[in-house]
Amino acid sequence: MDIHEYQAKEILAKFGVGVPPGALAYSPEQAAYRARELGGDTWVVKAQVHAGGRGKAGGVKVCHSDTEIVETCENLFGSKLVTHQTDSNGKGVYRVYVEGGVPIDREIYLGFVLDRSSQRVMIVASAEGGMEIEDISADKPDSIVRSTVEPAVGLQDFQCRQIAFKLGIDPALTQSMVRTLQGCYRAFREHDATMVEINPLVVTGDSRILALDAKMTFDDNALFRHPHISELRDKSQEDPRESRAADRGLSYVGLEGNIGCIVNGAGLAMATMDTIKLAGGEPANFLDIGGGATPERVAKAFRLVMSDDNVQAVLVNIFAGINRCDWVAEGVVQALREVQVNVPVIVRLAGTNVEEGQKILAKSGLPIIRATTLMEAAERSVEAWQNDSPGETKLRAVK
Amino acid sequence: MSILIDRNTPVIVQGITGKMARFHTADMVKYGTNVVGGVVPGKGGMTVESLPVFDTVSDAVEKTGAEASLVFVPPPFAADSIMEAADAGIKYCVCITDGIPAQDMIQVKRYMYRYPKDKRMVLTGPNCAGTISPGKALLGIMPGHIYLQGNVGIVGRSGTLGYEAAAQLKAHGIGVSTSVGIGGDPINGSSFKDILKRFEDDDDTHIICMIGEIGGPQEAEAAAYIKDNVKKPVVAYVAGLTAPKGRTMGHAGAIISAFGESASEKVEILSAAGVTVAPNPAVIGDTIAKVMQQAA
Repeated sequence: MDIHEYQAKEILAKFGVGVPPGALAYSPEQAAYRARELGGDTWVVKAQVHAGGRGKAGGVKVCHSDTEIVETCENLFGSKLVTHQTDSNGKGVYRVYVEGGVPIDREIYLGFVLDRSSQRVMIVASAEGGMEIEDISADKPDSIVRSTVEPAVGLQDFQCRQIAFKLGIDPALTQSMVRTLQGCYRAFREHDATMVEINPLVVTGDSRILALDAKMTFDDNALFRHPHISELRDKSQEDPRESRAADRGLSYVGLEGNIGCIVNGAGLAMATMDTIKLAGGEPANFLDIGGGATPERVAKAFRLVMSDDNVQAVLVNIFAGINRCDWVAEGVVQALREVQVNVPVIVRLAGTNVEEGQKILAKSGLPIIRATTLMEAAERSVEAWQNDSPGETKLRAVK
Repeated sequence: MSILIDRNTPVIVQGITGKMARFHTADMVKYGTNVVGGVVPGKGGMTVESLPVFDTVSDAVEKTGAEASLVFVPPPFAADSIMEAADAGIKYCVCITDGIPAQDMIQVKRYMYRYPKDKRMVLTGPNCAGTISPGKALLGIMPGHIYLQGNVGIVGRSGTLGYEAAAQLKAHGIGVSTSVGIGGDPINGSSFKDILKRFEDDDDTHIICMIGEIGGPQEAEAAAYIKDNVKKPVVAYVAGLTAPKGRTMGHAGAIISAFGESASEKVEILSAAGVTVAPNPAVIGDTIAKVMQQAA
């Protein structure tokens, strides 16, 4: 789960990480008022969206007056910010964060991630702050400093000092850097984060170390023990289809194609999407309904997939292992009777009792297109989608 | 021979009183697995599926001689259960549980390393379908009947995609020595490389089928290992060619977050290491059959 910059800064500040003074606003007038409260003559107005690359996309503006702030905010509020990390729809701006301007001496990249190779928390830092980490890795790989944390004892001060010296931080600021790194690690560890990224971490003209930006991502599997983090979920930043799926306990990722997918198992779901692409189509979604594939879950899945207006055909691919195909077939039939599905439905069943399952689908009288192999199912789905002109959405029966 | 489990391995089930655990325990017994008991704290003395239940894993090991354990414990308590198994002298543990916090798994892995290598428990999973040595024993939730006994070693992250491969092999009349699920989580007990090593050393395994997906470095690490150490032919499939970057695809670990983690990059890395890559999931069985013919 992602949170906003201002929320991440609030958390990090509690752990002793320095942040510039700032305040949140829900309207242009409130933003101007907040700026006056903060004082000074330079402010940075930052759109709060769950995506990086806001600066280049016009979501971060330096302002010098009330009118400038109001004008900037009027453009930002209610707009969709499209960055290189969002899809073409962008993310809605409903909150802005106003920060006092800070004199910057140098910029540093700092990240804490779950490193899957060492299976530990890893600190990644670079003197090339402000650039995206992907670009730093590609262009200046030698500037990257890495250090992993031994889980039994946690991050040690000597590791923090090593990082500070390698980055060439003024020795007078070593202690301040140690405090910053320890604070980030504790915030990461205590909240079950999967990522803390500060880009840039700056050394100011008056020798302070401050987090100018902050991003935190949390482990969904650990939210049960962090209710105060769960409360920070912002549905306005999610794909509405995905919010609905998450509320129903289904694992769904919305894509931009036209063939809806209902599959049991994450690996098989990805494989089904790949096969659709190979057959010349584009999947509309990833959807794993879980190993069980009960009739209730199949019905829920149909409702969810059909809520996407782009869907012009639905491919159901179920490998029935422990469950029998006849039982899954009953579920599909029941779901199709309950849910209004006005596009072609292609069903491929495999596993136990597959013949009985096919018979149930055939006998149902529903215009279900049946397939036996994964490839055939994908090809049939693409055919059905191509033959289905947008105006005509009637189900077509197949022998 | 097979790897990790065989007909005689005494097995306990942690969390045996749960609905799902009960169902799969009965299924494992029916398959011929030597299940000797279960563990649920506070329910020692009970019987489930005519098997004795113990309060602690060490009790169960002492009374039954259990060597392997299957963990069905809910996510908040699963890491603790795995560490309990490691401490009690269990040699091989499969964790089925999906949804264990990543930092709990970091602790588990660190904890297991306090034991010297010869006494260290082997863990596969979490978030996996288990391990099966067809015709011998089943330690997991997979449907036993889709596997023929034979000489293909299967290792994969996804459960149902592994079933798909086994079913395609069965259609060709090709059997499996052992199939191991390493699970879909970012921090897991055993990697592809760990299992490949076992298959390479196993006389009953003649060819290896590796089913990977997007996210993480383990497929690339396996490729490097195969290049230098695996003499047996390896066939691979990598799921997620159409998966967008930065999105979690069902499995907590299925997310492209760094260079080399996309399906196409993994396919390239594996091919360069001499692995035969099945171009799509519908031809995993065909590809293995072809490679077997060439090897024969």
